[in-house]
Amino acid sequence: MSDTPVLRVRGVRKRFGDHQALDGVDLDVHEGEVVTVIGPSGSGKSTLVRCVHQLESIDGGAMYLDGELLGYEMHRGHLRPLPDRRVAAQRGRMGMVFQQFNLFPHWSVLRNVVEAQVAVHRRRPGEAREEALRLLDRVGLAGKADAHPRTLSGGQQQRVAIARALATRPRIMLFDEPTSALDPELVDEVLSVVLDLARGGMTMIIVTHEMSFAREVADRCVFMEQGRVAEVGTPEEIFDNPASPRLRAFLSRFSGRAAQAADERMLEEETTS
Amino acid sequence: MSVPPGAVDVASARPRVRPLRWVAGAVLLVLLAQFAWFLLTNPRFEWPVAGKYLFDPNILRGLGMSLLLTVIGMVLGSALGVLLAAGRLSGFAPMAWACGVYVAVFRGIPPLVQLIFWFNLGYLLPRISLGVPFGPTFVSWPTNSVISSLTAAIIGLTLHEAAYMAEIVRAGILAVDGGQRDAARAMGFTAGQSFVKVVLPQAMRVIVPPTGSQFISLLKGTSLVSVIAMADLLYSVQVIYNRTYEIVPLLIVACAWYLAVVTVLSLGQRRLERHFGKGQR
Repeated sequence: MSDTPVLRVRGVRKRFGDHQALDGVDLDVHEGEVVTVIGPSGSGKSTLVRCVHQLESIDGGAMYLDGELLGYEMHRGHLRPLPDRRVAAQRGRMGMVFQQFNLFPHWSVLRNVVEAQVAVHRRRPGEAREEALRLLDRVGLAGKADAHPRTLSGGQQQRVAIARALATRPRIMLFDEPTSALDPELVDEVLSVVLDLARGGMTMIIVTHEMSFAREVADRCVFMEQGRVAEVGTPEEIFDNPASPRLRAFLSRFSGRAAQAADERMLEEETTS
Repeated sequence: MSVPPGAVDVASARPRVRPLRWVAGAVLLVLLAQFAWFLLTNPRFEWPVAGKYLFDPNILRGLGMSLLLTVIGMVLGSALGVLLAAGRLSGFAPMAWACGVYVAVFRGIPPLVQLIFWFNLGYLLPRISLGVPFGPTFVSWPTNSVISSLTAAIIGLTLHEAAYMAEIVRAGILAVDGGQRDAARAMGFTAGQSFVKVVLPQAMRVIVPPTGSQFISLLKGTSLVSVIAMADLLYSVQVIYNRTYEIVPLLIVACAWYLAVVTVLSLGQRRLERHFGKGQR
C-alpha cells in the first residue's frame, strides 16, 4: 500500500430534505484494498458511493481521488465547483456498478462496453473493441457481444455492467448493492466475478447485503448506521467480535431462517424506495 | 345439459350464433350502399370535373407548397421544440420559466390568429432593425418587405409547432429512466454526450408516435395559410372554383390529396415507431 490513499473521504455530509443521509463520513481506501460496506436500510451506504461518484452533490466535507479534490477547485483563495467537463473526467476515472444494472438498452452489449472508451477516453475504435471483447470474456460473456441487453438474464446484464465499468480502466470500482435486484440463483455468478476482480488487485468499495460475501471478499469492512461509519475493522473484527450492540443486533438478523425473511423484506423496501 | 366425461374435445366446438352481430352487419351494409348510391348518382359531385383537376399543374403546385410548408414547419418547429424542452428542464429557473411561458402563449393562441397576426406585423413594427439593444442600429428593413405571405406562414406555423413539440420532447425526456442518466454520467459522459447518446435515443420511443400525429395535423394546418393568400393546396383550389363555381368537385380534389399524403405519412410513422421501439421488448 502506498502512502496516498486512492480514495479519501473526509467528514462528508449529505442531506435530503429533513433526512441527514450522511453525517460526517470518514473513509480511506488504499491501492488494491477491498472495502465492503454493510448496514441497515437507510443507513447511507448507497448515498456514500453515489456521492463518491459525484452522482449526488455533497453538502460538506471533502473527497479526494489520488489526492485530487473531487468536484471542487481553489480559485483566488476560494473553493468553487468544477465545470461539468472536469467533473465528467473525474467520474471517468472511477467505475460504478448499479443495483438495477442500467445497461443502455438501445445499444448492443459490445457497444455498451466500447462507447465510453471511445467517447470519453479517446481510444481508437478497434482498440476499444478488442478491450471490450477481452473484458466480456473475463466476465464469462464472450459469446454475447452482439446480443441486446434485454435478451440477457439479470446476472448476465450485471456482468456486462461490470465489464462496462472496467473498460475505462478505473482507479477504483464502486458497487452499489450489485446483487440486490437479482433472482437468488443468479447472485453467485455475479459475486464470483467480483471476487475474481478482488484477487486481481482491483481497488473496490462494495455496498452489499450478502453478509458471507462481504466477509469473504473484504480487506476491511465498514458498518454504517444513521449516516455515520459506526464501526470499521477487518472482517474478523466486524463479524466475529462486533463491538457495538447495534452491529451485533444487525448481524444476528442475518443468521437463521427468520433473519433471511427479514433480509428479503429489507431488500424489497430498498428496491422500491 | 351434461356431457359424458372423457369423450369431449373442445377443438371440435362450433362458434356460437350471435344474432346482434348479424343485425349490426346488415345495418352497416345498408348505410354503405346508401352512401355509395349518394356518391354515384348525385350529379353535383361532378366526378369528371374532379378527375380533370386532380393532376392540374396549379393544384400540384399548391400541393407542393403545402408539403414544403409542412416540412419546413416541422423541421424548424422540432429544432426549436428540442431547445425549448431542454430549457424547461434546465436547472436555471429563469430559463425554465421563460420556456414555460413561451409554450403557454404559443399553444394557447389559435394558429389561424397567429398567422394573421404575423402577416400584419408591419402595422405594429414598421421597421425591423439589427443593432445594440437600446443603442445604435446597424441595418434596418421595412417590415412589409421582409414579411411576405411565405415568411408569415413559416414563422406562424413554426412557432406554433415548436410549442407542441417542446411538450412532446419534454414528456419523452422525462420518460427515460433516471438510472440511465446516472449510468451515462457514471461512464464519464458530459451532460451533452449523455443527452445525445443515451437520453434522446431512448426518449424517441415516446417522442415519435405523437410527432407523427403532429406532422399530420401540421399538414392539415397548412390549409390555414390560404387566409393570408399563400398559394397552398386549399388556396389553389379556391382560386379555380372562384372562377368556375365548381366548388364541390374541387374540394374533393383537395380532400383526395390531403388523404393521400396523410396515408403515406401514417405508413411512415408506423415504420419509424418500429425502428425506435427496438431494444424495448
